[in-house]
Amino acid sequence: MIRVHDLAHARAGDKGNTSNIVVVAYDADGWTRLERDLTAARVEATFAQLGAGAVTRYALPRLHALNFVIQDALSGGVARSLAIDPHGKSLSALLLTIELPDQETQEP
Amino acid sequence: MRRSVRIGAGAGFADDRIEPALAMAEAAAVDVLVFECLAERTIAREVLARRKDPDAGFNPFLRARMETVLKPCAQHGIRIVSNMGGANPVGAARATVEIAQAHGLGGVRCAAVTGDEVTRHIRDRPGLMLMESGEPVEAVLPDMVSANAYLGADAVIAGLRTGAEVVLTGRVADPSLFLGPAMHALGWCEHDLPRLAQGTVMGHLLECAAQLTGGCFADPLRPEKYVPGMDDIGAPIATIAADGSLEITKLPGTGGRLDRRTATEQLLYEVHDPAAYVTPDCVLDLSEVDLIETGPDRVAVTGARANPAPEMLKVLVAYADGFIGEGEVGYAGIGAVERARLAAQVVQDRLRRRGFAYDEMRVDLIGCTSLHGAASGASDPYEVRLRIAARTSDRKAAAAVGFEVRAMHVNGPTGGGGGSVPSVRDVMAIQSVLVPRHVVQIGVTVLGGAS
Repeated sequence: MIRVHDLAHARAGDKGNTSNIVVVAYDADGWTRLERDLTAARVEATFAQLGAGAVTRYALPRLHALNFVIQDALSGGVARSLAIDPHGKSLSALLLTIELPDQETQEP
Repeated sequence: MRRSVRIGAGAGFADDRIEPALAMAEAAAVDVLVFECLAERTIAREVLARRKDPDAGFNPFLRARMETVLKPCAQHGIRIVSNMGGANPVGAARATVEIAQAHGLGGVRCAAVTGDEVTRHIRDRPGLMLMESGEPVEAVLPDMVSANAYLGADAVIAGLRTGAEVVLTGRVADPSLFLGPAMHALGWCEHDLPRLAQGTVMGHLLECAAQLTGGCFADPLRPEKYVPGMDDIGAPIATIAADGSLEITKLPGTGGRLDRRTATEQLLYEVHDPAAYVTPDCVLDLSEVDLIETGPDRVAVTGARANPAPEMLKVLVAYADGFIGEGEVGYAGIGAVERARLAAQVVQDRLRRRGFAYDEMRVDLIGCTSLHGAASGASDPYEVRLRIAARTSDRKAAAAVGFEVRAMHVNGPTGGGGGSVPSVRDVMAIQSVLVPRHVVQIGVTVLGGAS
């Protein structure tokens, strides 16, 4: 079992009720794996548990980075949120817990 | 005109550390020191402070920062640019000049830049649409506290053109605080998109100060994320040349680190579509940006592109939106989580029995689920802290939340301790509207200079 934390580092930012999380691969192999397996759908499934909505993924191959924009992830946004972490700064750590499928079981 | 200019980030948020700015100033390592100190809600808070005291309404740390850096900045000819003016740039300038004079720096002049405040325009246009809720702004006008447009680099340049050593603004887009000094020093015009792109990416990278140089980065489980000297993380410094070439570094001898990894995290911080990062000065395209390590703690930034500035300016409308009450209490040992859950139930039942209702209530078990909610991994902690928070338009109902949590000391499950002081705070909600640029009339007031 491999987790995103094994391959990459991450930082979360906030704008209103939207969180963006940048994921940066440590090396080229990690980048190949992340670009293939860390899909918007996979991130969306994890963050849906927090009540978050649609996820858009942007890829920056030159920097081996993916940027995930996660709608409705911040309990209404910094101003009105009851959350203990209204900025969602800790959400980068949640993304790093996501498990990726075993390579052997991948479809060709 | 200069061939290049060195710009340092002296603060990356309202409550940032002060020592890194002092170190940069004492070392004469920069030509311009920029303090970015204005989060989305900050101006509304400062409007409320100014209503109580007409001389208040600017960053509460302005005096401490100026007391610390004014003298070394004056000695080395370093100019200061900051949005610490908040809701009262002229008051902030007055306070700065007083501090300068008290330190025998009577020659220091301070330019206050105004024009971001557009509440009258918004009040006169109740049909303007709020971008987040899609409702007309009319719905929040009775509770509106502030409405401020994001000004661009031109506002900063207007202050710098007076020759004042210190330029203080209210709401200015964060990257523009850095782009303005570059445009001013290097003689760039506002239509020179390739250079505006490089100046804007510089501002975006520097605006959160230590987040570029090893702050918000260390992960003890990953050797790749080791950050040396975290007690003394140096703030970032950009050297930007007349042709737009850009290198970022940090003060030698300080802790922290600046390399491709720290810079990549910050490059995309609070960015949505990397091809369209909207600022008042241009629409920045980061798609082809590269970060090239050119030495220890030294990175060249290439490939930023830009499209022309948007027609409209974004305005943040802040309005009072009820109250949040909260309280915490701790449990430890056998069954800590079960007792915390029982306490949560009792508090909610008591609030209902007292007839209070809430728009939203949240129960957190700190140590289990407070940060990642239902997505949290399984855990069976030795101790746990119950936190209950609720939002309501009724201040009494808000106050009751923390009160009833506190009562768990005597009226709850066994072994509850460490209850927090009950808290109630005003909710300051924020939404955005767009206004045409001509609505903003930039004004500059220069104070001080009597030697």
